[in-house]
Amino acid sequence: MTKIGLEIHCQLTKLESKLFCPCKANYREFEPNHNICPVCMGLPGSLPRLNQKAVESATSIALALNCQTPEKIAFFRKNYFYPDLPKNFQITQLNVYGDMSVGGEGYVEVEGKKIKIRRIQLEEDPGRLIYEGASDRTKITLVDYNRAGTPLVEIVTDPDFESPRQVRIFLNILSDLLENLGVAEPGLEGAMRADGNVSIEGGNKVEIKNIGSFHDLEKALHFELTRQQSLSERDIDIVMETRHWDDRRKITVSSRSKEEDQDYRYFLENDIPWVKIEQSTRDVLKENMPESISSKKERYVQKFGIAPQVAEIIASDRYYSQLFENSYSEQNAKDIANLITTDVIGFIDTKEKQQTSKITSKHLSDLIDAINAKTITRNSAKVALQEIVNSGKDTKLILQEMDLGQVSDSSEIDAIISQIFEDEKQAVIDAKERPETVNFLVGKVMQKTKGKADPAKTLELIKSKLSQ
Amino acid sequence: MNLNTSILKYIEDVKSGAFTVEEFTAATLQRIKEVDDDVHAYLSLNDSAMDDAKKIDQKISSGEKIGQCYGFPISIKDNICITGTKTTCASKILENFIAPYTSTVVNYLQNADAVITGKTNLDEFAMGLTTEFSAYGPTKNPWNLDYVPGGSSGGSAASVAANECLASLGSDTGGSVRNPASFCSVVGLKPTYGLISRYGLISYANSIEQIGPMTKTVKDSAFLLNIIAGQDVNDDTTIDNHNVNYLENIENGIEGKKIGIIKEMTAEGLSSEVSAATKDAIHDFESLGASCEEVTLPTIPYTVAAYYTITSTEAGSNLARYDNIRYGYEMESEGYEYNSYISKSRKKFGPEVTRRIILGGFVPSAGHAGKYFLKALKVKSKLISEINSAFEKFDYLIAPTSPVQPFRFGEKIDDPVTLMLLDYNTVTANLTGKPAISVPYRIHNGLPIGMQIMSNSLQEKSLFQAAYALETKTTLPEVPL
Repeated sequence: MTKIGLEIHCQLTKLESKLFCPCKANYREFEPNHNICPVCMGLPGSLPRLNQKAVESATSIALALNCQTPEKIAFFRKNYFYPDLPKNFQITQLNVYGDMSVGGEGYVEVEGKKIKIRRIQLEEDPGRLIYEGASDRTKITLVDYNRAGTPLVEIVTDPDFESPRQVRIFLNILSDLLENLGVAEPGLEGAMRADGNVSIEGGNKVEIKNIGSFHDLEKALHFELTRQQSLSERDIDIVMETRHWDDRRKITVSSRSKEEDQDYRYFLENDIPWVKIEQSTRDVLKENMPESISSKKERYVQKFGIAPQVAEIIASDRYYSQLFENSYSEQNAKDIANLITTDVIGFIDTKEKQQTSKITSKHLSDLIDAINAKTITRNSAKVALQEIVNSGKDTKLILQEMDLGQVSDSSEIDAIISQIFEDEKQAVIDAKERPETVNFLVGKVMQKTKGKADPAKTLELIKSKLSQ
Repeated sequence: MNLNTSILKYIEDVKSGAFTVEEFTAATLQRIKEVDDDVHAYLSLNDSAMDDAKKIDQKISSGEKIGQCYGFPISIKDNICITGTKTTCASKILENFIAPYTSTVVNYLQNADAVITGKTNLDEFAMGLTTEFSAYGPTKNPWNLDYVPGGSSGGSAASVAANECLASLGSDTGGSVRNPASFCSVVGLKPTYGLISRYGLISYANSIEQIGPMTKTVKDSAFLLNIIAGQDVNDDTTIDNHNVNYLENIENGIEGKKIGIIKEMTAEGLSSEVSAATKDAIHDFESLGASCEEVTLPTIPYTVAAYYTITSTEAGSNLARYDNIRYGYEMESEGYEYNSYISKSRKKFGPEVTRRIILGGFVPSAGHAGKYFLKALKVKSKLISEINSAFEKFDYLIAPTSPVQPFRFGEKIDDPVTLMLLDYNTVTANLTGKPAISVPYRIHNGLPIGMQIMSNSLQEKSLFQAAYALETKTTLPEVPL
């Protein structure tokens, strides 16, 4: 049995300032080392000042992930030397002596399975290391402290995932949820990162670090699973270790550093007094929280009779659900939902495509109106969608320009059928003997009319011609 | 011009025109020039002190609004940052560190028109009790130059005692204000934890240390506390003191107050001179109308061990940032990789700092925290509950500030454990966060003895009343320098 767990880091980029100083949380627009101050540089004599808004954002994440949230939280120092750490310790949280981090014991539902959230903690991001002009002989590391002190939320799951695919779905749900909460922008480069841990058949756990993107995470997990399976088949022990994802070679490599043995000498960060999180604060956060994915799904199924699988797909994707929410009416909700899951998704299945797509809610409702009014066929709608995604032009204009209006005039279709009966003599004979092959002829008509012919009428006309 | 004057008297004289700020500042700088080669209280002087003084004189003569300090000269311990000036912590590792910002306390002083004379010597990173651990050479005791001035704020205490300024700001992690105050016969206050902003104070053990005023009189101490105390947005651990005026009713006396004599700090381990002085002080308190009674705090014998465990842990973490990458001293980095570079650069730490960093890597480590660090935290919380119940019964707890009088240079530096035990009577106030003040009580054989009074948290106003009452019972000679 495959067990995968995740450790996700997400920057709270929607906040104005860093976790412990007034420098900008959005450090990306600055020249290197231009978004720094005595506090985030850890200069002697400086003291951290907690950004209370960050505590609220982290708490609302905890609440959205169904976590227990404590009445007061503390911060800890994680002590280790590293060039990207200005103080050579990181201010973070710990869940050791009872509940002290912003959240714990939550869950996220993925395809009906509860993925447990072990803990959520608020901490500071370190600076960024840039390896420039590095060769084996001259190794130069540049440090940019602009990122140091950016508010970061760490989310740790139990090893509840059974496949890399489940991980991907979970991460999509999670990043939509974080974006929905208005606390993070998971699309920003480096704003959301994840490490994984993998074990098979109850064996030793291997941690994988240094993964650049979610896309790579899935690849790294696949690689690691395959590696462990092939070791196991040959009866070779799987070592408990940390492995680094080598992005160039697309493999995981055992990390020679003794990271796992490191003793972080955690102790309370006394410069930041315990923070009380009042019940009233939590109530307000809960009240202002956007609708959860599960309740959205529930609403789609209950109110509009949308199939649960369809409702799930739409509810768990922020982009699709916004398209849906803005285009449906009582009458066409089900049709719109089906159109999104059968056709729209085919054109815009990635975040990048969603960003460049020009489709709007109005396009969808117009298309459904046209289909229901039998002005166009389902097939034509699909052709039109491609053009809508690309150009964003008005639906009616596109239908006109591409000549996609439905042909339902019998004489017009009849003429086309006669032509096809002439061209496809063998098929006509076959269809007469074996009526189930009639679809070939229908297909030919559709081909000829570029899908505009009314399929029901076409079939009816062909059948009557065959029986003549 | 008499430089041996209090802040309050100085302000009166400036107001009445007896002398100008410029005259007094010039005389003070002249005094520093004359005696500081011997005393070595200062690590650096403020080049613009005279200009600052002149500006304040102009304010006075033009009738402009003037801060309540009227330009009195004050020195600052060299672990407190002032923009544009070197802050070395008496360490080679910060030899060239120029702070880009000013600490909250110095901001308050400058806004109140005090004149900063310079930065004073200390044991490296405030770790020590004699200033012998300064990387720039020790400070001498103005009462006898062969003797240590105490520490770690030895430079601050000596600068006040030698009339090289009227007051100083020190910092107190385990007695670093009170011990040198006692050794140099000045008043030293360690306030309630959180009463004074630590923003700009270079951390050693941040959970228990405070900045504290060092002055010639108890009233001056209250005057200074009025200026530097209070909540600060730059330090989340500061607390609101509701703008208490510490000078108000300072002469109210202690008639009917209850004083606890801490048995563990007075029964044994005191030199006979300190013991005799303590008995006399108790009589003085009684003659002032207070009732004195022995009280026992059974956890006290464990406090020094707990104190060094906690402070080393925090020091190990607080001093980790000195890797000589972002600031520090000149060192050729060519040929080093990260780990070898920082281990080489950190060799600049002196012996006492190195000792505590090593200890601080050990006592909270995974295999040993249960035996050391967590036990020390237990001692701390047990001590807090003991002292809180003592304060239910008593207004004040007293003991001599130091179990011994000042000693000669070199006498104890090679015996770290004996040195640590000199903190025995002072660390309790830090571990419990309570305020404590050391009041000059006697000069015996030409060397000072100080008495320590502790009160409950945020009871500084009451603490000053007791300290002032005791001060009125003493007549001390002038420093022979």
